[in-house]
Amino acid sequence: MSILIDKNTKVITQGITGATGLFHAQGARDYGTQMVGGVTPGKGGTSIDGFPIFNTVEDAVNETGATASVIYVPPVASADAIMEAVDAGIELVICITEGVPVLDMVKVQKYMEGRNCRLIGPNCPGVITPGECKIGIMPGYIHKPGPVGVVSRSGTLTYEAVWQLTTRDIGQTTCVGIGGDPVNGTSHLDVLKMFEADPATKAVIMIGEIGGDAEEQAAAYVRDHMTKPVAAFIAGATAPAGKRMGHAGAIISGGKGDAASKKAFLAECGISVADSPADMATALLKIWTP
Amino acid sequence: MNIHEYQAKAILRNFGVPVPDGHVVYNSNLARDWARRLGDGPWAVKAQIHAGGRGKGGGVKIAKTADEVRQYAKDMFGMTLVTHQTGPEGKTVKRVLVENASNIADEFYISFLVDRATDRVTLMASAEGGMDIEEVAAKTPEKLFFEAIDPVVGLTAFQARKVAFKLGFAVPQVKQAVPLLMNLYKAFVESDCSLLEINPMILTAEGHLLCIDAKLNFDDNALFRHLRIRDLRDYDEEDPMEIEASQYDLSYIALDGNIGCMVNGAGLAMATMDIIKHTGGEPANFLDVGGGATIERVTEAFKIILSDSKVKGILVNIFGGIMKCDVIATGIIEAAKQVGVSIPLVVRLEGTNVEKGRKLLAESGLNIVSAEGMADAAEKIVKAVNG
Repeated sequence: MSILIDKNTKVITQGITGATGLFHAQGARDYGTQMVGGVTPGKGGTSIDGFPIFNTVEDAVNETGATASVIYVPPVASADAIMEAVDAGIELVICITEGVPVLDMVKVQKYMEGRNCRLIGPNCPGVITPGECKIGIMPGYIHKPGPVGVVSRSGTLTYEAVWQLTTRDIGQTTCVGIGGDPVNGTSHLDVLKMFEADPATKAVIMIGEIGGDAEEQAAAYVRDHMTKPVAAFIAGATAPAGKRMGHAGAIISGGKGDAASKKAFLAECGISVADSPADMATALLKIWTP
Repeated sequence: MNIHEYQAKAILRNFGVPVPDGHVVYNSNLARDWARRLGDGPWAVKAQIHAGGRGKGGGVKIAKTADEVRQYAKDMFGMTLVTHQTGPEGKTVKRVLVENASNIADEFYISFLVDRATDRVTLMASAEGGMDIEEVAAKTPEKLFFEAIDPVVGLTAFQARKVAFKLGFAVPQVKQAVPLLMNLYKAFVESDCSLLEINPMILTAEGHLLCIDAKLNFDDNALFRHLRIRDLRDYDEEDPMEIEASQYDLSYIALDGNIGCMVNGAGLAMATMDIIKHTGGEPANFLDVGGGATIERVTEAFKIILSDSKVKGILVNIFGGIMKCDVIATGIIEAAKQVGVSIPLVVRLEGTNVEKGRKLLAESGLNIVSAEGMADAAEKIVKAVNG
């Protein structure tokens, strides 16, 4: 078991004829993902490196039976690409693109209301269920199948956590990068609920950042409803207020969202909080034995 | 991106928002001439820097005569204005706004921003205008009013009315407030703002609502569709090294410490700063070199880090991901040679071909210390710098 994706998930790539889209479509296929085709308007009916190309997501869904889509189109076209996938009945949309305007995402979130579709991202590394399905830009080999769920806003910091687990011979059910933007499709809380419901997931590492209060909302859920042990790390303890730390969402503003208060609240909620990013796996092992 | 108050007011004026008549000037004689052209006074003379709290630092004056306008402007040009938002080094005043002053009967606070919790643009209002809104939020949250705005229909008249009545307006002011608030929302959305703040919006003694201060921040990711706004960027208000870095798509922020950091990925870059601090060191910067970590980008990153004279050592932390470690190691070695890095350099690589990468670093003939894991890397660089 796992969450969101598994070996049966059929995936298409929107923007497959771009260099990035093709590179990662190939990487996903090499990993074993059922990458069944791609979409580039105007190139429908052709193919690239064995991937059939369609003009629209609707065509791609009808022809391939895909239920998931990954988006590598430029920021200016990302919101439209997400909505096209939603409209075509795709159940899981993963938007890797960085730099999507916030107000575009406000409209997308409104558009998605009441529809049976989950959006991950934008500005995220993607989702991987080790040994079964990889959708996104993460290196596959650092993961291994196992019992720990990982959820994070950031890419390379997720790899760091995964690597700490894998080198201790602890595998992962699914690793989800939800993205570093202020308005995104899926929150820490959403993913924790999925991990709680997944029988294969026995423990969770949650990686947060300064800014906003999404980590606090997730922590309150852990306190009130979660039966599985959760460890966490919050990046940005050294970040000054008012400065944006790379991710559009990672900014301490109005005296809210600093690392110290986040960590304190998480600890109050029974989460094992790592003070150092080198101790994410050990923080989990303090409260959980594989 | 931020812009100056006078620029924000010009944008709002185009959306039909009432703002005082005024003009920006670059020398004190022009300040006097423009004051005369604007009317009979009194006038507000306002230093234009990208920071709030200007009044307390002497950056806002009310002048009764045109000669006073000239004198105040003269005092302001070239002065270093220090406010709670500028940092201790302050900012030099190069532009001054002269505008008609008003008789203030009451002050209000209005802002629009994107609320992450609701994924909606939200109108925030308070009758405690002119005050530090963070203080109002902390001490008297019941005095703040919120309206979440549906992105399809926009701010509705009834929402604007609700807010206006909560602010305690009489009917004539409610009638002014409704279009004013709706036009502010229009300005926010059509300019892709990340923050629009009016503090204060005033009620004049004559009964008119007027926005006498305005702060607009814009979503950097949306500037591609607002070229006129992008042109308003004032490089004098920004850190020169951050500007330099942005030209190479490097995300860089200067800090006060002495250990330079070069990391791929924003989250890992923040975490690297954290572990340096956790180990007893002080990071000199945040630097996200991005996914590519090519020779060109690493070279530029080294140059930018080294241009900060406080830097006594550099920690490179790259989680290889798609790129192989031997390729990254070659890039680091080439870049270090080109730039001539003479201070301690600790490199932590992880990913495919990590052994090959470490071997290359060890055999480079350069003074590079290879580290295994983040903790080891942090200990080695802190030891090298602090002794």
